[in-house]
Amino acid sequence: MSSTAMHTLEHDGHLDHGHHKETFLTKYIFSQDHKMIAKQFLITGIIMAVIGMFLSILFRIQLGWPEKSFPLLETFLGKWAEGGRIKPDFYLALVTIHGTIMVFFVLTTGLSGTFSNLLIPLQVGARDMASPFLNMLSYWLFFISSVIMIGAFFVESGPASSGWTIYPPLSALPKAIAGSGTGMTMWLISMVLFIASSLMGSLNYISTVLNMRTKGMDMWRMPLTVWAFFLTAVLGVLSFPVLVAGVVLLIFDRSFGTSFYLSDIVLKGEILPNEGGSPILFQHLFWFLGHPEVYIIIMPAFGITSEVISTNARKPIFGYHAMVYSLIGIAVLSFLVWGHHMFVTGMNPFLGGVFMITTLIIAVPSAVKTFNYLATLWRGNIRFSPAMLFGIGLVSFFISGGLTGIFLGNASLDIPLHDTYFVVAHFHLVMGSAAIFGMLCGVYHWFPKMFGRLMDEKLGYLHFWVTFIGAYFVFFPMHFMGIDGVPRRYYAFTEFAFMKEWLTVNKFISWSAIVAALGQIAFLYNFFHSIFYGKKASQNPWQSNTLEWTAPVEHLHGNWPGEIPTVYRWPYDYSKPGHHEDFIPQTTPFSQTMSSNMPHDFEGNAEAERIQLEWEKANVREKAL
Amino acid sequence: MKQVQSSGDEKINLKARKFLMWLFIVSSFIYFAGLTSGFIVYTSGSPNRGIKTLLPYAFKYSTIVILVSSITMHLAYLSGKRLQFQKQKLYLILTMALGVAFFFIQLAAWRQLIDQGVFFVSPNASQSFIYVFTGSHLVHIFAGLMILLTALIGRMGNISQVKNMFRLEVASIFWHFIDILWIYLYVFLLLNQ
Repeated sequence: MSSTAMHTLEHDGHLDHGHHKETFLTKYIFSQDHKMIAKQFLITGIIMAVIGMFLSILFRIQLGWPEKSFPLLETFLGKWAEGGRIKPDFYLALVTIHGTIMVFFVLTTGLSGTFSNLLIPLQVGARDMASPFLNMLSYWLFFISSVIMIGAFFVESGPASSGWTIYPPLSALPKAIAGSGTGMTMWLISMVLFIASSLMGSLNYISTVLNMRTKGMDMWRMPLTVWAFFLTAVLGVLSFPVLVAGVVLLIFDRSFGTSFYLSDIVLKGEILPNEGGSPILFQHLFWFLGHPEVYIIIMPAFGITSEVISTNARKPIFGYHAMVYSLIGIAVLSFLVWGHHMFVTGMNPFLGGVFMITTLIIAVPSAVKTFNYLATLWRGNIRFSPAMLFGIGLVSFFISGGLTGIFLGNASLDIPLHDTYFVVAHFHLVMGSAAIFGMLCGVYHWFPKMFGRLMDEKLGYLHFWVTFIGAYFVFFPMHFMGIDGVPRRYYAFTEFAFMKEWLTVNKFISWSAIVAALGQIAFLYNFFHSIFYGKKASQNPWQSNTLEWTAPVEHLHGNWPGEIPTVYRWPYDYSKPGHHEDFIPQTTPFSQTMSSNMPHDFEGNAEAERIQLEWEKANVREKAL
Repeated sequence: MKQVQSSGDEKINLKARKFLMWLFIVSSFIYFAGLTSGFIVYTSGSPNRGIKTLLPYAFKYSTIVILVSSITMHLAYLSGKRLQFQKQKLYLILTMALGVAFFFIQLAAWRQLIDQGVFFVSPNASQSFIYVFTGSHLVHIFAGLMILLTALIGRMGNISQVKNMFRLEVASIFWHFIDILWIYLYVFLLLNQ
């Protein structure tokens, strides 16, 4: 490992000569350049997102028209849709893999992997990641794990179907349902590789942020994106290993006959020998990761949105320090709340109360963030670029989904609402839609940085409105279903009398989902078309302050020709009074912006304050004359 | 000027990479923390659970062996620092030999456990946990041996002193970690005996 890494290092030394030969294989496939790896993550993430979305459309068809036969489905899905109706087993597989793909492959790696890789070195001013080799390995493990996850659709017994949370005993007994056989094994292998990939990435991000910042870039001058990626990586390092522990024990239960999670089970009339296990143990281990995981998903989206909203509102982000501390607060609290997923496991009510309080406290940093976004927008000189719209969309989803979180965080309310569509509505809005919007916001904003071209704005607007309205149409009615007690994961709403009245709502949701999915074609076309034929981008198309826009449009290995720029100020000097432009890049020293400097800019540096004072005196005199 | 700049970059990068090892140790520790908390949650669930046996005598030997290997590791590090490369090689080989010995003593401990009627597949998963702890730790020992091997091969291949020390430091951080990790696990098991 270290010998390859050394090689890159030496290569960094003579990067101006540009004589290092790159073949197709080293440039596009086994690239160690963080910008290329970011693109690889993004495109793999988009492909996985399309697959995940397609799966959701399939089960939406089943939910919207449970009695109807679609011969086309049989043509494509064969025995999984005999007679044109999706089979119950396959329905469960669909929701499981939809959840897994969206949570892990799209919103964890597709989001962090893409933007942490692209932005961390560029925004802190580093030539590349701490270990480019590990970074490459991280992508390739992710790729292999994606292939295995999708590959589960091509095995006889079908993919895993015990929900993305893979609770034992359903997942631990290969004979329990078809999906718990080979499909579950593949799920586990895929996830182990995924975790390895994600850990390698996280380790790299943390080390890069802490050790490789350029001159002048102290922690409090980092853009909020970098803060968010950094804290996300910390969460990953602290929580994923616990999932590994849980999964390792699950593998032993499945394959070696141990009884960590299994006890007193009768399967198809046969009493199993497993005794003494505790399925609740798995839930503890799973949710200790699982809850931080939702913040692993949403925090990068927060970071991206902070940056985009500030840039496009042409205003400094409101409460930069509060934004950072609220991220830290969310990160710390996320480890203390996992029990709120387990209120109905027969948990001690006192313990439930503790988890309830910690859960509700999360509302505080979340509200700080929301209000800061709104305050940043307030009376800003807003540029409604597609990225900005998606950023505002995130704020909208985060509010509407976050409010229901206050309901669900209450143990007494969660007991009736648990496992109903209310929960589905809550998390799809607050972390699903919000994080997807954060991701799309980032794609629209940094597309010029990635590909040197601009995306089409008109298609961007179309994409935004279809997705935004579509997402609300899909998820909002689910609140009402949940309050009525309609349980999630049910195959058809025709079997129970009280659910029948929701059939029409389901049809509406399914139509909305289909339209929203079709809306994504606008994005896909825009994205892939613009890579090759988009309008050429200038170096700093959004007139942004951060360091990545000082790097040339053409991608160089090492990011900047010559020396890495030095940073003199924080990244949010937008519309600073007294300056002739409405943005001041981080690389502009205070000596060049005498007319706009404020006393607090100098952070108590007496010499600088003296110079500023003298300059002001001289200028005031000039004006007076 | 450019020369200075690039060697500065290199120093930063080595520091960043050494830091990766520390971070890996953190994540690895979290893994074991997850397992041991799992053990506590599981065992506290019912009085029928728990280790309910004496820990194998072999664990005492393996503890001594790994403690000694930590000392030889440190000696290898010191001799590398003092440019005594012959000694560095010798101590590295010694550390690896002790690591391999540790590996086999742990296997012998498993043998002993089985003789005592403590099986991996058991209705009392607290006992299965002993195997999971030691097994996961052995995986780390194996990784540690590989890292030691790269350090040794580097030394044999006469790499520059900067790289040599880098590999040596990484190996020594990791090796001391798995030493401490074993002591943590052993004490944890002793306390729950």
